[in-house]
Amino acid sequence: MSAEKIRLTYREAVRAAIREALIRDERVFLMGEDVGRYGGCFAVSRGLLDEFGPERIRDTPLSESAFVGAGIGAAMGGARPIVEIMTVNFSLLALDQIVNNAATILHMSGGQFNIPLVIRMTTGAGRQLAAQHSHSLEGWYAHIPGIKVLTPATLEDARGMLWTALEDPDPVLIFEHGSLYNMEGEIAADAGAVDISRAAIRRAGKDVTLITYGGTLFKTLEAAEELARDGIEAEVIDLRTLRPLDDESFVASAARTHRVVIVDEGWRSGSISAEITARIVEKAFYDLDAPVARVCSAEVPMPYPKHLEDAAIPQVPGIVAAARRVVRGHE
Amino acid sequence: MRHETGRTQKNKRQRLAVDREHALHLLREMLRIRRFEEKCAELYAATKIRGFLHLYIGEEAVAVGAMQALEPDDAIVSTYREHGHALARGVPAASLMAEMYGKVEGCSRGRGGSMHIFDAATRFYGGNAIVGGGLPLAVGLALADKLAGRSRVTACFFGEGAVAEGEFHESMNLAALWDLPVLFCCENNLYAMGTALARSESETDLCLKAASFEVPAWPVDGMDVLAVEKASRRAAMAVRCGGGPHFLEYRTYRFRAHSMYDPELYRDKQEVEEWKKRDPVTTFRARIEAQGLMTAEDWDRIEKEIAEEIARAIEFAEAGTWEPVEDLTRFVYSERPG
Repeated sequence: MSAEKIRLTYREAVRAAIREALIRDERVFLMGEDVGRYGGCFAVSRGLLDEFGPERIRDTPLSESAFVGAGIGAAMGGARPIVEIMTVNFSLLALDQIVNNAATILHMSGGQFNIPLVIRMTTGAGRQLAAQHSHSLEGWYAHIPGIKVLTPATLEDARGMLWTALEDPDPVLIFEHGSLYNMEGEIAADAGAVDISRAAIRRAGKDVTLITYGGTLFKTLEAAEELARDGIEAEVIDLRTLRPLDDESFVASAARTHRVVIVDEGWRSGSISAEITARIVEKAFYDLDAPVARVCSAEVPMPYPKHLEDAAIPQVPGIVAAARRVVRGHE
Repeated sequence: MRHETGRTQKNKRQRLAVDREHALHLLREMLRIRRFEEKCAELYAATKIRGFLHLYIGEEAVAVGAMQALEPDDAIVSTYREHGHALARGVPAASLMAEMYGKVEGCSRGRGGSMHIFDAATRFYGGNAIVGGGLPLAVGLALADKLAGRSRVTACFFGEGAVAEGEFHESMNLAALWDLPVLFCCENNLYAMGTALARSESETDLCLKAASFEVPAWPVDGMDVLAVEKASRRAAMAVRCGGGPHFLEYRTYRFRAHSMYDPELYRDKQEVEEWKKRDPVTTFRARIEAQGLMTAEDWDRIEKEIAEEIARAIEFAEAGTWEPVEDLTRFVYSERPG
């Protein structure tokens, strides 16, 4: 990778990834709600229609089931579709296609038909969009064999995961946290595809492991800085991929630090944080000095008022408090 | 409830526009499906075939007639009542039977069973057991063809029950909006499981629904293989020539229950008997015999050949192997070379 850096937003990183994919492979096309003339619900695809035309930047009707299913069919037919769904909440209208077709056809066909499809969607709260635009359901998708679930949190991952996903012969879901699009930073000018098979240690530490992904990564890093001022060195693990889950990375970290806090914007009950907890208990129970702690969203549909939304999702003080509890046994 | 057979029946007494060879081919294909499935019912009773088994008996003219209009590189998307489609398309009877048994030699490696027949060699994209679930896939296959500049057709079979699903409306809209080469093949056998059309649809004229999406649509007598072939050829040609999606409503009837579990409490035996008078196999046989295109010896020979083919298929399935349990987790994700 070159030393030359460029400054861009998360939104621009995703756009650059889509643009590169369209240039590199003529089978790639983007379709979804408002991706063309509107420029993308979150302005991710702005400008792409002018550059690539309506065949490859394809506005769809508000028909999630049909256009996701069409993406599956197109992938089986030899195309390389990138399907954009405005939010994970809307993806529920396409759940049948994702779960009953995309995830199962390879297996049911005895390996005859693979589905090289990428579905991108936003997830998460924090923008006062209330309960039908704000949920974090990527953990649900991580339950399903046959699909892969990616959660790019950094600019490098936003830039690089798409191409890796497109090269994958199987359906890949990419969850982009809505609060990250305006995040700005520097990445290598020639940043490209990234490995998706491993979690990343975003901050090294010896006293406690904080496991997170996506939109809560930066809150968790902020919490780690605050803990450091307190003399607690936290290791921050960014899962990056929820399925397949790289449990080796976080189990090894748990074995080193002996204490774990999981930060997940999904609800606690039946969540990916529950799965992570179980795997740590299964594989590193005797290394633990304290029970695994979790900072998750309150078990309520996401409220609209800012103070209630803030209270419903993980925040820095809550993460700090949880880490202190597992390290010192008290607040 | 009765179908209007419309103009498709008015030519019935006229001389058939079909030669002996083609007439025998159509009859033979319909009879293959009939005999194959009759055997499946026996094998189900003998617990050789398990799961759900949905028989196509009575509807053979639709699959056989429609397949005449398709080329080898066209694609087919089907439903859970798809043995007839698969056989008519050319999926070998032996691999189909082995699939019913759940053996590795089956066309889906035994992993799909009766409801999930897949066959890459004949571009047969399944056996979808979710009602309406195959329609968006067909739209996507057609989109891939259009984007790649290929003049192929994707034929999508579904029952009239699927018309109540949102996916029907979404898919028709998308196919029409994007002018995609999909031939929508609606098999209206009057009952969605046990629910009659009039009990599930406020508008029972299915062609009218298709027309509301600006999709050319017309009804076809689904008990008449020649009527099916003619209409399907016309529609498939229009689709292939860039005419966008077309919709055919094949008016047909299944003589058997919805599945082997169905006690058929929702329809009269009398109604079934009435429809059996229009049996696509026996009526077509009578027509071509009357016109001198077939002899009793031909029939006996065809019966014998089919019986032998099915016996070989069963033998193949019986001799097939069970997938090793160690392979359970294969094909969840693609296997990459090296």
